[in-house]
Parts: sequence; C-alpha cells; structure tokens
Amino acid sequence: MIEILGVSHAISGRPILSDVTLRLPSGGVTALIGPNGAGKSTLLSLMARLQKLQAGRISFDGLDVTRTPTDRLALKLAILRQDTVFGARLTLRDLVEFGRYPHHRGRPGSGDRAKVEQALALFGLHDLGDRYADEVSGGQRQRALVAMTFAQETDYLLLDEPLNNLDMAHARHLMRTLREVADRHGRTVVVVIHEVNYAAAHADRIVALKEGRLAFEGAPAEVLTEERLGALYGTPVPVRQVDGRPVALHYG
Amino acid sequence: MTAGVTWGTAALLAVLAVASLLTGVIDLAPGNPGAWGVLLVSRLPRTLAVILTGASMAVAGLVMQMLVRNRYVEPTTSGTGQGAALGILLVTLFWSDAPILAQMAAASLCALLATGGLLLVVRRLPPTQPLLVPMVALVYGSVIGAVVVFIGYQLDLLQYVEVWTNGEFSGVILGRYELLWASGAVAVAAYLAADRFTIAGLGREASVSLGLDYGRVVLLGLLIVSVVSALTVATVGMIPFVGIVVPNIASRLLGDNLRATLPGVALLGATLVLACDLIGRIVRHPYEIPVGTVLGVVGAVVFLLLLHGRPGRAG
Repeated sequence: MIEILGVSHAISGRPILSDVTLRLPSGGVTALIGPNGAGKSTLLSLMARLQKLQAGRISFDGLDVTRTPTDRLALKLAILRQDTVFGARLTLRDLVEFGRYPHHRGRPGSGDRAKVEQALALFGLHDLGDRYADEVSGGQRQRALVAMTFAQETDYLLLDEPLNNLDMAHARHLMRTLREVADRHGRTVVVVIHEVNYAAAHADRIVALKEGRLAFEGAPAEVLTEERLGALYGTPVPVRQVDGRPVALHYG
Repeated sequence: MTAGVTWGTAALLAVLAVASLLTGVIDLAPGNPGAWGVLLVSRLPRTLAVILTGASMAVAGLVMQMLVRNRYVEPTTSGTGQGAALGILLVTLFWSDAPILAQMAAASLCALLATGGLLLVVRRLPPTQPLLVPMVALVYGSVIGAVVVFIGYQLDLLQYVEVWTNGEFSGVILGRYELLWASGAVAVAAYLAADRFTIAGLGREASVSLGLDYGRVVLLGLLIVSVVSALTVATVGMIPFVGIVVPNIASRLLGDNLRATLPGVALLGATLVLACDLIGRIVRHPYEIPVGTVLGVVGAVVFLLLLHGRPGRAG
C-alpha cells in the first residue's frame, strides 16, 4: 500500500501541493488526472524521492521514502519521468538492461538477460533491441523507457505521462500492456494521464488533483461525471455512457 | 562490432608500439652494444608513457562527458588541466622542495576544485542549449589558464608553465614517467564503475530511480578525471584533444554503454596519441614536434569530420 500523509510542497514560496493525504492499495492501475500545474508530477517525484519531501510522509508498504536507503527503494519502486531526455547512445536492449541495475549492481547475469528479453517482448520491442535509442521513433523510445522501469521488477511503477507523443495505436497498446503488468505480473501502476478517456478505459482508480489539493478519487464509473470533470478542469465537459463506460466529449 | 573494433585497435596499437621502439636517433642494430640500454632507458619508457597517457586521458574525457552530460567537453580545455597546472605552480611557489606525492596531491586537489566548479556553473545552463556548455567550459578553462600564466609571468616561471601546458614525451626516460602507471590504474578503476557512469549520463533522476547515490558517483567521477589530469600534466604536460575526439569516435562506432566500450576507448586513445607522437618524431627527424601540436592538427581535422558527419544532433 502507498501511504501519502499530509504532504505539502512549495517551490520558492509558491505552494505546489497542499496537505495531500491519499492511500492507494496494492495492485491495479491508478490514474492521476488533473489540469496542468495541479501538482501531479511533483507528487510523483516526491513519491519517488527525486525531490526532498518538505512536509508530510510517504511510504510504500511501510518503507518511508525519506528514511529507507535509496538502493533498497530501487527494489520497491521505479519511476519514469515525463520527457526523459538523454544524449547517451544506448541500444534499447542496453537501456532496458540498466533497469536491472538495482539487482545486478554492474554485473548482469543470465537471469538479468532473460528478464530484459521478457520486458522487450512484453512491450513489443523484440525486433528493436539492437537499435540505438536515437534511431527509433519517439513512441518506440517511450515504450523502451517504460520497459526499463518494468525490468526493474519493483512492486510499484510510477509513470509520468507515458502517453505523451504516442499515437492512438501506441497509446492503446501501452495502456493495455500496463493493464497486463498489473493483472498478470501483480504490480501496482500509478500513471499520470492527461486524456481522461484512457483513464476511464484502463484504470481501476482515478485520483484527481487540482491546485495542489486532492479533488476526488474513486472508480472511473463513479467519479468521471460532468460536474466533477467540469469543476476539475474549469471547462464544461459533456460525459456520455458508451458500452457502460463514461466517455468525455471534450473536443467540440 | 565492439569486439571487432577493440581487437582491431589493439592490433594497430601493437604495430605502432613496435614502430615506436624502433624510431629514434640511435640505431638499434644488433651489433650496437648500447642498444639494450637505449631500449630500456628511453624507448620503452617513452612508448609506455604515451600509451598510458593516451588511454587514461581518453577514459577521463569520457567520464567527464558523462558527468557534464555533454559530448563536447574534455579535461584539458575545461579547467581540469588548468587547475592541475595551478596546483603544481602553487606548490612550486610555496613549498619548492615538496615531495612528489605532495605535488600530486596539490595538483589533483586544484583540478578537483576546478572541475567541481565547472559542474556547478554548467548545471545552471538551460538544458535546451547544449552548445552553451562547451563554450562556457572553454571560457572557464581559459580563465583559470590565464591565472596560471599571469602568476608565471609575474614570478618569471613561464618556462615551467610552458612545460606543463604543452604536452610532449621527449623528456621521458626510465625513472621519470612511472607516475603514469597510477594514471592507468585510475582508468582501470573507472572501468570497474562503468555502469554507474553510464547511468549518471542518463541524468540525476534516472540515477536516483535506479538506487544510485548520485552525489557519490559524481564525486568518484570528478576524482578520476582530476587525478588522471594532474598526473598527466605533472609528468608530460597537457595532452589536448584525446579526451574529446576519442570518446566521440567511440560513441559513434560503439555506443555509450561504458561497460562495453571503455576498453575500446582506452585502446583508441593510446593508438591516437602514439600515432601522433610517431608523426612528431618522424617529420623533422632528428628533431621533434611536440605531440600536443600534432594532436592539435590531427584532432581538429578529425573533429571537423566528426561534426560534419553527424547532422542534426547536438547532444
């Protein structure tokens, strides 16, 4: 279980998160939604100890992120930040293999290599393993980065807008793969999503943030209503039921 | 691919090493009674010094590029070498009969501070402007270099400064190059931590996420770069371009997974410097052109080709 208790965060005096308290049970896919600047990315990076916690507490299965050694945490949770850029020329296979670093500490064995191939296959990259990351499309690179966090074999995966720059087919494939990661591999996936309809279709839980505060949380069918989405994003969002699932019609 | 390049380079290096042993004013014909002496006291130490310097400077350059996360910096232009020279100068001034170990410590410490300073400056640059990094590094290195020259000028020590800044191997004989073995050992240590530097090259957040203590990795890298530079500057002087040209060529040919590429990088560095040293010894025989000068010419040409052959990629 992820426990977030009274977390507040400010950057040069400006509050980004205000007293967020949230408990996420193990398993399943949780979608973090909310308008730009709501504090989603900050919350995720605080959870992953990428930034120093200013106030409050965060723990994964009782492991406090500020007190647990970082190499121990690397076996508990993995994070993919949005817009990860790197100049290093690595093949996709090498990149995914670095996800195994917390396990092999620089000396990968045959078990690690098998896990890497498994991750490549799961994310549809088996033919691209030998290609350099700067020679594949943005969507393929993005999938490789998610595969890298998967290969880290942690109980918790935190993904910050992994659907960025992905077309329809790739976005759907990635969301279905994340579903599989949760259902078949028993991992807990927390994913920041901008497009609420992907959240509605693939997530078990929705957590909505607005202006650094928890706006609402619950199952998609319960919380994705016109009133709530309209208030969350500050713009009218018509919602229809299609095949028993809420669909936001926010394009018109 | 990686293995092919590595073994090919090793073979070329072996050929060049034999050529280096046979090149010089004194003929090593079998009948010459002094031949063994020349070989053991002069030719072999020189060849080993060149190989150790080339290999460790190439490794130091690559490690520095991973720390700064930019391909166009290297120790001799970005303040590390200048810092080392400043350290030696200060020791010469204030403790003229200092033991060699103290000299090395001072040079390494000043190099470390200078490189750490560069890292702090570069971190503040916008990541959207990757070319700002080498430019700022160049200015930064030049400022420290200017301080060294100023002090040298004021105190009539310019001749020494010249020796530290213009690298060349003509003074290498048995008993006057052995510190470079330590430099080689440091390069081997870098290989043992290869994965950590590759991950550091992916950025702080990726490092933390994979459970690395990023600050410690950076400090380890700074130590490696500084000690290699300090030992090189003190023993043979600054050897430019190796640290930038070799890692860039290696990156294009082999990629950036340091665990796989570092041996190749070291061999390429040794081969390049040995080839340039040989050229310097042959063109004006029996006189010599400093290896730094030859490297400047060769390095500039190679680097231009490199930039030209890599369209649209700044990082």
